[in-house]
This record gives sequence, C-alpha cells and structure tokens, in this order.
Amino acid sequence: MTENKHKLLEVKGLTMDFGGLRAVDSVSLAVHEGEIAALIGPNGAGKTTFFNCVTGIYTPTSGDILLHPKGLETRRLNGLKPNKVTEMGLARTFQNIRLFSSMTVLENVMIGRHCRTRSGIFRSIIRNRGVREEEQEIVETSYRLLEKVGLEKFVNEFARNLPYGAQRRLEIARALATDPFLLLLDEPAAGMNPYETSELDQLICRISEEEQIAILLIEHDMKLVMKISNPIYVMEYGKKIAQGSPLDIRDNPKVIEAYLGEEVDA
Amino acid sequence: MLQDFKQSLVVSLWFVFLTFPLLVVRVNTIENVVVWRWSNILWVAIGSFVLSYFWRFLLLRRNRRQKQAEEGIASYGPLQAALDNILLRNRAMAVLLVLALIFPLIFDTYQTNIMVTALIFVVLGLGLNIGVGLAGLLDLGYVAFFGVGAYSYAILNYYFDLGFWIVLPIGGILGCLFGIVLGFPILRLRGDYLAIVTLGFGMIFKVMMENWETLSLGPSGIANIDRPGFFGVQMSLAQSTTYIYYIMIALVVLTIIVTNRLKNSRVGRAWIALREDEIACVAMGIDMARTKLSAYALGAFWAGIVGVIFAAKTTFINPASFTFMESAIILSIVVLGGMGSILGVILGAFILVLLPEYLRAFSEYRMLVFGAAMVLMMIFRPQGLISNLRQIYQYKGTKDKTAHD
Ligand SMILES: Nc1ncnc2c1ncn2[C@@H]1O[C@H](COP(=O)(O)OP(=O)(O)O)[C@@H](O)[C@H]1O
Ligand SMILES: [Mg+2]
Repeated sequence: MTENKHKLLEVKGLTMDFGGLRAVDSVSLAVHEGEIAALIGPNGAGKTTFFNCVTGIYTPTSGDILLHPKGLETRRLNGLKPNKVTEMGLARTFQNIRLFSSMTVLENVMIGRHCRTRSGIFRSIIRNRGVREEEQEIVETSYRLLEKVGLEKFVNEFARNLPYGAQRRLEIARALATDPFLLLLDEPAAGMNPYETSELDQLICRISEEEQIAILLIEHDMKLVMKISNPIYVMEYGKKIAQGSPLDIRDNPKVIEAYLGEEVDA
Repeated sequence: MLQDFKQSLVVSLWFVFLTFPLLVVRVNTIENVVVWRWSNILWVAIGSFVLSYFWRFLLLRRNRRQKQAEEGIASYGPLQAALDNILLRNRAMAVLLVLALIFPLIFDTYQTNIMVTALIFVVLGLGLNIGVGLAGLLDLGYVAFFGVGAYSYAILNYYFDLGFWIVLPIGGILGCLFGIVLGFPILRLRGDYLAIVTLGFGMIFKVMMENWETLSLGPSGIANIDRPGFFGVQMSLAQSTTYIYYIMIALVVLTIIVTNRLKNSRVGRAWIALREDEIACVAMGIDMARTKLSAYALGAFWAGIVGVIFAAKTTFINPASFTFMESAIILSIVVLGGMGSILGVILGAFILVLLPEYLRAFSEYRMLVFGAAMVLMMIFRPQGLISNLRQIYQYKGTKDKTAHD
C-alpha cells in the first residue's frame, strides 16, 4: 500500500555516538506522504536523539538523511543547520517544551513565519507598505493557526502562563507556522491528562488530513499510538527492533519484551 | 506578623550590642573621665528596629508579587497601566518633547552640557539594549564601539581635516564593521564566555589606542577637534553647546523611532526569540549567525555615531574616556532601566548620569550609593524599572467575525 505513495523522508543507517555511547545505532526509516508514522520505545532508547539528528541539531556520526520534497530535487540533510532543515519544510516540537516564554502566544507562532517572510532591517525601519502588509499577513496566518489548535482565547497571554497541555499545542502551532510538509512531534502527549490526550489525537489527525502534512511522532506510551498511527517503528537501546502496522507491533514478541522489561503496565 | 516583630526586635538588640562601644562609651582622655551617652542607645534601637521591619515588609511584598506573577494574575502597577494607555502615552511624549526642545533656552550652558552627556548615554543605552536587552547577548566591551566612533572623527579630523557631518555616518559604519568583526568569533559563545571575550575586546581597544602613537597620539590623546559646523557660521561656546544639544535630541528621537520599529518587526522578534531559547529559535528557521551579527552590528552602529558626537562635544579625547567603567555604566543603564524596554533605558540613563552629576556634594559616597542602589534593585525589581510591555496585534481572524458582529 505504501509503495505507490511518495516517499518524503528517508533515513538510512543513521548512527549517532556520544563519546563511547551509541545513542542511535544504524536506524533506517521512511515516512511517506499522508502518513502518521510513529517512533516508539522505552525511555533512553534514542528517539529524541534520532529527531535531533534529522532536524540538524546534532550532526550524525554516519548514515544518510534524505528529504524528497514533492516536485523538488532530493536533498541530503546531514550536517545542515537546523534553520535550513526547517526552511526545507521539516518542522518539529520538543519533548521538554521550548517556548519563547516571555513572548505572547501569538508572537510565538509569528516566529514560525520568520523563514517564510523577507523583511530585513532596512525595510523594517522604513516600514513601507510591503512590510506592513507582510506583517499583517504574519499576524493573520498566526491567528488562524491558533484557532486551528484551539488557543485563540490565549492570544495575548505570555506563553509561560499557559497550562501545560496548551503549551504543547502552542508548540505544534508554532511548528505549523513554518509551512512544513513533514511534522516531527516529540512526545506531544507527555504530561497530558486522558481528556487532553484524546483532544490531541484529534488535532493530529486533523492536521494530517486537512493540511496534507505527513507526521512522524515519538510516543513513549504505546496504547495512544496504536489508535492513530501506521506504520510504527520501535526502538530499544538505539536499535530499531521492529516495524510494521499496529497489529504487527502489538503481537511482536521483541516489542512486548522491550516494554515489559522497561515497565510492567504497557 | 508577630514573627516579623520578634525578628526585628532581635535585630535591633544586636545592633545596640554591636554599636555600644562606639556610640555609648566615650573616654575623654584629657579630663580622664568616661562619658556614657545613653540616649544614643535609644536612637540605635529605634532606628534599626524600624529599618529592619520595613525591610521585612518589602521582602514580604515582593514575595507576594512574585507568587501572583507565577499564578498568572497580572499585577499591574499604576505606572504600567498608564503606559498601556496609548492616548496618555502620546500626550506625555508630546509634553516631554516640548520640554526637551526648550531646555537650552531656560537653563544655562552648564546644565545643557550635562544634558548632552545624559543624552549621549541614552543613545548608548538604547544601542546596547539591542544586543543585551533584545537579543540577550551580554557585551562588557561596548564602550569600544563608542571609542571607534570618537577616534574615527578625531583622527580623520586631525589628519585629513574632515568635517563633523561627513564623519558622522563614517563613524557609524566603522562602529558597525567593528561590531561584525567582533561578532564572528563570539557567535558560538554564551553567558560567562561571551562576557569575558567582550570584556577583552573592550580592553584591547583601549590598549591599542594607548600604544599606537603614530595613529592615535597615545595616552596624551587628540586635542582641538572641530565642533560641528553649521554652514560655516562662527559660533560661541554657548551656541555650539546648544547646537550639539539639538543634534543629540534629533539623534535620540531617531534612535527611539528606529529601535521601536525594529523591536516590533520580524527582525526584532527574531532577536527576542534568540534571547528566549536559542535551540528553539534555530529550529523554527531563524538563522542564528545572521540574527546575532545584525544585533551586534546595529548596536555598534549607534555607539559609533554617538562617539563622533562625543568627540565633537569635548573637542579632546584620550583612551582614558573609554575604560571598562563606561561599559559598566552603560550596561547598568540597560539593566536598571529594564532589559528590552526603551522607556526604561531612557529613564535608566537619566538616573545614572544625572544623579551623580547633581550629587557632587556627596561625591565621596557616590560609588557607595551607586552600589547599594544596584543591590536593592536586584533584590526588589530584578526586571528593571520598567518591565517589558506585551505587544498587542490587531487581527481579523475567521471565527471572530461571526461571533461578535
Ligand atoms: N547530548 C548528549 N550527550 C550525551 N548523551 C546523550 C545526549 N543526548 C542523549 N544522550 C543519551 O542518549 C541516549 C538516548 O537518549 P534519548 O534520545 O533522549 O532517548 P529517548 O528520547 O528515546 O528517551 C540516552 O542514554 C541519553 O543519555
Ligand atoms: Mg525523548
């Protein structure tokens, strides 16, 4: 089924060493258009490190990260700066929330528009018509994104004053503002209560359908992922130990063992 | 409450005990008698008790405020509320501008001269505010850019006889270039390391100007720098001072407009985001190198420009005018006023420049008062005199229309 779909992100044999520690060990993975793929695994498996390599925050020790934007030529992401990766259409959120805490909610999203707008210092000083229009476009787009994630009532609130669940959704809105075609979410449901989590599920599905954005999400909790994502990749101790549909994964003995070894309730 | 009372009582008893030998017992060696000045005990006790109690009260109030802020209850003081009122703000600005314009007509040359110095520091503060306040890049060597501007005018005037108005932009551009040159090596540095390197850069500039005698005439400095010209009109000292005063007013207004526009622009938001979280900032597609360099370069630009004016005002400069002390004062202006707040920085500059000027009577205690004020400030208002106002934007939205109209 995935064969005829366009492949957006292709990671081949990605390896990342921190001194003597191999945090990610030749992991391969692909995300196709329209997919909500998931990367799961116990704590410390190397999922966040994998994200950091893909988004340019770390330069991987070896392996290839290839991005195939639709209608454009393939780009190798290894060693590119994070802002270049984002410009190419790959946006992310962080596991430990990284908002701009003393900026307002709206301004946080407006920052996401930075790489899609042009006004430089001189034009900002002159503030001619073009700049004002661009500014207004930034504000409107950002506000619409806030409406989409259901945060419009907090527009002018400082980001640090938001409840936890709202902060996570704000991170998603900020990432969406960069106009990505692939969105990487690092444990978006961490610390949320069941109600917030189910709302988040709906949001993720909506983004995937309405915006035509492919999603790769990290989740620590397996149950949540089973509902919305396909395919699922499982990591343990830096290695990929399984991949497949939720059904395959659920019955895979290696996965069961990895999760039982880590925590009893999964 | 009772607890505080008891504590203050203990404090005052301690003070009585400690100051007893000094304030109460006096041995008169001439008449060989001991004088007991018991009434002093009373003053010490009452004084220390009141102060201690007041101190406790202030701390309590601060803690309460902090808790409110954490819980997200906006606790706006009357000042902050007044600032949010745009009409009031515009009127206040108009009044201030008129006052500023008629200042030299009312006061004498001496006062005008002091005011020029204060205005110079306003521009320096606003310039440094771009780097430190907005972009979060600590700079302890900012005075070097000021020096670059001042020396570029002094040297160009001394060797090539170039006039003030020609060198004014050149000084700014040179400052800007030096900002970029310094900016490159420190792109990756943060916090303490950044502070040390910028401190070093400030020192290097001074040492260079002291030793490169062929260019800068060394520690003796360059004298007889031309005052700003006005279509070849001959001016007396008083007229010239007034002239420079108006030039400074124009520059301050320009700086305020420019920094205000930048602050609320795409570039300014990128600076603030960089200050808030560097990793999130680059992950959102902002080019860190370009953003940092632009902040440095722009800050240095203002310092360069105002350096030229400084040289023209004093007509004599030497390396001693560009020491770490000046950098520290400019930084204090930004911190005291409130990082990132334009109004705060202006207030800070006036307080830090004018107070010492008018407190010359207490000049021996000047640094003492200065230090105490800073410490108190850090305890009670770490965010500065004026904390940053939040920017409110106008938007149409999609749901709003149907819901409200
Ligand atoms: N910057 C780093 N330096 C050294 N070790 C790191 C660094 N980042 C992550 N690690 C290590 O890599 C391993 C994987 O961590 P991480 O990717 O955060 O796991 P996960 O997100 O799956 O919980 C952990 O053992 C962690 O300690
Ligand atoms: Mg993680």
